[in-house]
Amino acid sequence: MDLLNALVTFLNFVFIPAAAYGAQLALGALGATLVYGILRFSNFAHGETMAFGTAATILLTFGLQALGVTFGPLPTALLALPLGIAATALLVLGTDRAVYRFYRVKRAAPVIYVVASLGVMFIMSAITRFLVGVEDIQFTDGARFVINARDFRDWSGLEEGLALRSTQLITLVVAALAVAALFWFLNRTRTGKSMRAFSDNEDLALLSGINPDRVVAVTWIIVAALTTTAGVLYGLDKSFKAFTYFQLLLPIFAAAVVGGLGNPLGAIAGGFVIAFSEVMVTYAWKQVVAYAVPGDWVPAGLLQLMTTEYKFAVSFAILIIVLLFKPTGLFKGQSV
Amino acid sequence: MKNLLLAASGLALLAGAAAAQDAAAPKIGILLGFTGPLESIMPNMATAAEIAIAEVNAAGGILGQQVASERADSTCVDSAAATAAAEGLVNGGVNAIMGADCSGVTGAVLANVAVPNGIGMISPSATSPGLSTAEDNGLFFRTAPSDSRQGEILAQVLTERGTTDVALTYTNNDYGKGLSDSFTQAFQAQGGTVSITVPHEDGKADYSAEVGSLAASGSDVLLVAGYTDQGGRGIVQNALDTGAFETFVFPDGMVGQDIVDALGDGLSSSFGTLPGSDSPGATRFQEIAAAQDLDGTSVYTGESYDAAALMMLAMAAAGSTAGADWTAQVEAIANAPGEQILPGELGRALELIAAGTDIDYVGATAVEMIGGGDSAGNFREVEFGTGSIETVRFR
Repeated sequence: MDLLNALVTFLNFVFIPAAAYGAQLALGALGATLVYGILRFSNFAHGETMAFGTAATILLTFGLQALGVTFGPLPTALLALPLGIAATALLVLGTDRAVYRFYRVKRAAPVIYVVASLGVMFIMSAITRFLVGVEDIQFTDGARFVINARDFRDWSGLEEGLALRSTQLITLVVAALAVAALFWFLNRTRTGKSMRAFSDNEDLALLSGINPDRVVAVTWIIVAALTTTAGVLYGLDKSFKAFTYFQLLLPIFAAAVVGGLGNPLGAIAGGFVIAFSEVMVTYAWKQVVAYAVPGDWVPAGLLQLMTTEYKFAVSFAILIIVLLFKPTGLFKGQSV
Repeated sequence: MKNLLLAASGLALLAGAAAAQDAAAPKIGILLGFTGPLESIMPNMATAAEIAIAEVNAAGGILGQQVASERADSTCVDSAAATAAAEGLVNGGVNAIMGADCSGVTGAVLANVAVPNGIGMISPSATSPGLSTAEDNGLFFRTAPSDSRQGEILAQVLTERGTTDVALTYTNNDYGKGLSDSFTQAFQAQGGTVSITVPHEDGKADYSAEVGSLAASGSDVLLVAGYTDQGGRGIVQNALDTGAFETFVFPDGMVGQDIVDALGDGLSSSFGTLPGSDSPGATRFQEIAAAQDLDGTSVYTGESYDAAALMMLAMAAAGSTAGADWTAQVEAIANAPGEQILPGELGRALELIAAGTDIDYVGATAVEMIGGGDSAGNFREVEFGTGSIETVRFR
C-alpha cells in the first residue's frame, strides 16, 4: 500500500505535470527546428508567433462562446483552433514575403536572418498586445478534470490524491496526433519528401526541379499550425499572458538544441528531456521516499538535489553538457 | 542645424529659469506605476491623493498659494524608467513626491533623485523592510507599514488559528523576500515551523516543480507571498489542481477580487491580511471617496490620501516647501499629542497650524510614525468565502 502511495505521489507531482509541459515544449521545439532545418535560421519570433496564434484563437473562442457554440466537455478553443492556425499562417506567410524573402534572394548569412527575426519579434509582440492586451486571460471551458485529486482519494482509499486535468490529457493526445501527422507528411508525401530534400541539400534540390517558393510556403504553414497548437495547449493548461510566451522561447530553443537542431525526432525528445529534468532535479523527494521505505528510515531532510531557483540552470547545464559531448544534439541534427 | 541647436538650448534655458522661479510654489509629484504589473490599482491611488490636494486648495491652499500636482509613471518594476520620471518631475518644479509605489523603484528614486535634490518623499505603498534603513537624510516616509510588520501580524494570525507548521513560497523580489524573512523570524519566535521556503519567479512558463517541492514538505497550509496576476496565482492554481494544499494564507499582494474570480470556491478555507483600519477615519474617507466616484476600499487609496495630506500639512507647519524643512515636521504632525484630524478636516488642520495649535493627523489609516520613516500600520484580517472576501477583524 505504501509503494502505491509513493507511485501516486510521483505521478501526481512529477510525471503528469512534466509530461504535459514536455509535450508543450516539444510542439514548440518542432516548429523552431523545422524553421532551422529548412529555412536555415533560428527564429527569435517563435514565442511571439505562438502568442499571436493563441491570441487569435482566444478571440475566435470568445466569438464562438458569444454565439452559444461549445464543444461539450472539451474546450471551445479546440473548435477555434483551425481558424487560429489560418490567421497565424497568413501572418507568417506575410512576414516571409515582406522580410525573409528579401534576404533569401540575396542568400544572406544566417546571422542576418536571426537579427531580422529579432525585429519581427518586436513587431509581432506589439500586434499581439494590441489585439488582446497584456492581462492574464483564461479561456478554458468544459470539464476541468479527468481525475480529481479529492475524488481519487475517496475512491482509492489512498492517502495521496491523483489529479489529471483535461487540458493535460488533451495536450498529450493532440501533441501525439500532431507529431504523427507531421512524420507521415514528411516521410510519405511528395511535398514532405521535397522539404526534406531541400533541407539536406538546397542546390541539389533546386537542380532536381523542386520549387523553393512552394517548400518555403508549406514549411511556414506547418510551422504556423505547430506553434498555434502549442500556444493554445499551453494557454488552456495554464493561462494566456503575452509576456509568458516570450519567456517560453528559452526552454523551447534549449529543447530544440538538446535534441539536435533541424531534427524533428530530436525536438520531441529534447522537449521531454528539458521538462523532466526541470521538475525532477528540483523536486523534493522526501514524500516519495517516506512512502517507499520502512518508517524508521525516513530522512529528516527534504531530499532536494537543487532548490527551484535553479530550475533554469538545470536546462542550461544539460544544454552545455550535450553541446560539449555531442555538438549535434542527442539525435543527429545540424551543428550550431 | 546650428540654428536649431541654438533655439533648443535657448528654450532649455528659458524652461530652467521658469522652473527656478516656481521653486517655492508648492507642487506635488504623484509618482505611481500607471503602467506595469500593478497598473490596475494605481489610478485609484492617484485620485485619492488628488482629492486631498483639492481639499487643501478649496481651503485656500498652503503658504498663501494653491497646491499644484503632476502625475508621472514609475512603472513599478523598472528603476531606470522611474528615476527618469522622477527627474522629469523635479525639473518641472515639484518639491515633494507622493510615491513611488513598489519597493524597488522607490529605493531607486530615493537614492538617485530625492536625496541628491533634497526632495522629500512619502510613499503610500512601498513596504520592503530594506527601506527602513535606507540612506535617506530623513527625507523619506511611508504611510503603509513595512512588511516586517505584516510578517509579525501574519505569524500572530496563524498562531491564533492553531497552525504551527506552514510551507512558504515567495515571489523572488524585494517585497517577497522581505516578507518571507520577517514572517519566518516572527513565526519561529512564536514556536511555529516553516517546513520549506520556495521562491518563485513571476511570469514563468510552469510552476509544477515549485508546487511539487512545497507539497513534499508535508505541511497542510501554504503561505503565498506573491501577486494575484503573476506567479502567486500560478502556484495556487497548480496546488489546488494537484490537491497539494487546500488552505492558503495570503498577504496583501495576494488579496484581490481578481484571484477570487479566477479560483472561485477553491479558496473557501483560506485567509489573509492586508493593510486597513476600522478607525472612524476609514469610514469618513470612504464617504469622501464615494462622493468623488472613487472606491475608497481599493487597496492603498487611504494611504495615498494620507501621504498627500501629511506633506501639505507638514509644509504648512514648516512654512517652507524645501524638503529638509517640511520632512522635519512629519512626525510631529502625524503623532499625538494634539487635536485629532480626520479626512475631510484638512481645512481645520490648516487653521489650527496657523494658530500654532499642535495637531495629530489620524487620517484615513490612523497614521502613526514610529521612527525611520516607518508607519505602525493597521491590518485587516480577511477570510475568503465563496466568491467573496470578508473582513473578520482589525489588528
